[in-house]
Amino acid sequence: MSIAIAVGLLTAAAVYLFMQRGMVRIVLGFVMASHAANLLLFAAGNTAFRGVPYIGTSDYGEGGDPLPQAFVLTAIVIAFSITMFMITLAITTTHDDDTENDEESPAKVLTSTDTGDAAGSSVDTAVTGAAAAGTGGADASPLSPVHDFEAQDDDTAEVPNAVDGRRQGRRRRDVT
Amino acid sequence: MTELLPPLLPLLVGIPLLMGALGAALRKSKRARHMISLGTLTAMFAFSVLLVIETHDGTVLAHKVGFWDFTPQVAIPFVVDALNSLVLMIITILGITSVMFAMATHEARARFYHPFVLILMAGVAGALMTGDIFNLFVFIEVMLLPSYGLLAMMGAKLGAHGARIYVSVNLLASTLLLFGVGLVYGTAGTVNLAELHGAAVDDPAVAVGGGVVLTAIGIKAAVVPVHGWLTRTYPMTSPAVTALFSGIHTKVSIYAIYRIYSVMFDGDERFLWIALLVTSLTMLIGVLGAIGEKTTRSILVFHMISQIGYILIGVGLFTGLGLTAGIFYLLHHMIVKASLFMSTGAIEETYGTGEIDKLGGMLRREPLIAVTFMIAALSLAGLPPFSGFVAKFSIIQATLELSHYWVAAVAVIVSVFTLLSMLKIWVGVFMGKPPADLEDRALAYQERMHGKRYLRVQAQAENPTLTIGPPTATMSAVLSGERAVRVPVKLIIPGAILAAITVFFGFGAELLMLLSETAAENLLNPEGYVEAVMDA
Repeated sequence: MSIAIAVGLLTAAAVYLFMQRGMVRIVLGFVMASHAANLLLFAAGNTAFRGVPYIGTSDYGEGGDPLPQAFVLTAIVIAFSITMFMITLAITTTHDDDTENDEESPAKVLTSTDTGDAAGSSVDTAVTGAAAAGTGGADASPLSPVHDFEAQDDDTAEVPNAVDGRRQGRRRRDVT
Repeated sequence: MTELLPPLLPLLVGIPLLMGALGAALRKSKRARHMISLGTLTAMFAFSVLLVIETHDGTVLAHKVGFWDFTPQVAIPFVVDALNSLVLMIITILGITSVMFAMATHEARARFYHPFVLILMAGVAGALMTGDIFNLFVFIEVMLLPSYGLLAMMGAKLGAHGARIYVSVNLLASTLLLFGVGLVYGTAGTVNLAELHGAAVDDPAVAVGGGVVLTAIGIKAAVVPVHGWLTRTYPMTSPAVTALFSGIHTKVSIYAIYRIYSVMFDGDERFLWIALLVTSLTMLIGVLGAIGEKTTRSILVFHMISQIGYILIGVGLFTGLGLTAGIFYLLHHMIVKASLFMSTGAIEETYGTGEIDKLGGMLRREPLIAVTFMIAALSLAGLPPFSGFVAKFSIIQATLELSHYWVAAVAVIVSVFTLLSMLKIWVGVFMGKPPADLEDRALAYQERMHGKRYLRVQAQAENPTLTIGPPTATMSAVLSGERAVRVPVKLIIPGAILAAITVFFGFGAELLMLLSETAAENLLNPEGYVEAVMDA
């Protein structure tokens, strides 16, 4: 019973978190959901009223089913690696963890070719570079997210402070 | 021979994994990575052809990995019959051609491209061959993890929004699949498909668990109403990756739906109306969604959803003819769709855009691509003499056989809309006059993608008297000339190979039809499958 309640609570929390816009919250939702699934697998192994499923601690007939525990172990490893990947996506690709700004949403990026489209979008594609993103970012404006990604890829584009710091370091070395 | 093969089945998973790791370790040599990748994929193709030959008479090969003699069900079963060996064969063909395409677009130069593709292939082979739904979950994850990498890596120029949606939706579906596995294990006490044979018919509780599993796989197969993620992620990456994914992810899920419904539900007639309703909606909504799209790839992705509906009619009918037609459709569709993505992708990679309004006059400029696209598009719409005609004809015949007239009507109407949509691409991209700024935009794109040196090399190739150096007036004259930008032949070849295969399967439909018939036979009578796994 307690496992069933725990699964229900975790799933409810997970669904609530999925509905949020921020990527980090969505990731937390997935952590909850995978816990719920793992508990469900545990429950399938009848651990509640059976013995410890280790060799030597109880007879084969009395111990809990060890197979679901092996499942859970595998599932935890997989969920862990994907959680890491999603957190990386959340922090590396945009400046905040909000998934859908109007001008960045894939729907807009894919469909908008000109301003004042029939869809009624008031987004200035020339400024946001959304239209350019549709073409593969061929002529992205300086304000566009596309432009930012390119700059991040480029080794020469660094935060001004970082460049200054490096220069200062060199100077210091020169002095000594 | 039949005794020798089964123990080798796990190698189809192991070798690509190993080679992927080796490719990742080879940091310096691009050429070595290319060779490893193409070599491994070719070996997988050769092995799957061997498997098709071995299983063409309905033989089921099975092997269990595990050393627990006292509990034989605790093992990892690998099972191969006509259906999964055929799907594996086509997928390895797609793997080879899309790697060729990615080498032509220079994406394959990225250090992790080949390792990701090889690990993806290992996951695909595992997911196709496994005879156990928990291992299906594991192998689907093995297949998805490198896909996340490929999508994020190749889609970096468009931003990672596509990757975010893709990861979120797939993880949600995977979690649901895990819930389903837990429910099946809790109610039936096993996750081995062979032991679950018919369990969902006898026990409604197992059927609920199986239903959760099928729903989760349905999300991954992008069946309406859970199709939205596909149309918003596939166009957000590079054409090479879209072509690779189009033939793999949704199709492996479709295979799993066929297999699970055949073995676990034993083709239970009580639930078939759900499948028919869902497939009709999928066909219709997919094709209607394509109308509003403006780029070639997003139109094609919506058609992919509509075609998934056609393929799943086979499960919805669950008759000999229906399953045969569905399997034939699946195999035909994988080839044609990838071919379409590659031919339009070649234009997109060269001219820098896939937007129909910004292209035109390609029939004159790129006659070879035009022919490739035309063949694949007509095959997709279902016109003779291509494989699409045989596929659609037999699907409609199978629906009429069971007097499902409304499904047949939807299938016919949708194929008319498909043809219209293909004509929209044809008229917009291939006919008419090219826009005035086509050349400029293409050059700007090439320069951005490949750097200035690329342009100088191009100019030098046009006019050998030029030396590769700083830009000169002569060079810019050459570049602004009429013939400066053309799709390179190596970008055309992969799509053309696939188009040739659809022509071959159009004229030689009987060969593939016979193989599909054997596969359908195995699905209708899963006893052979069950026995092979139990005896292995």
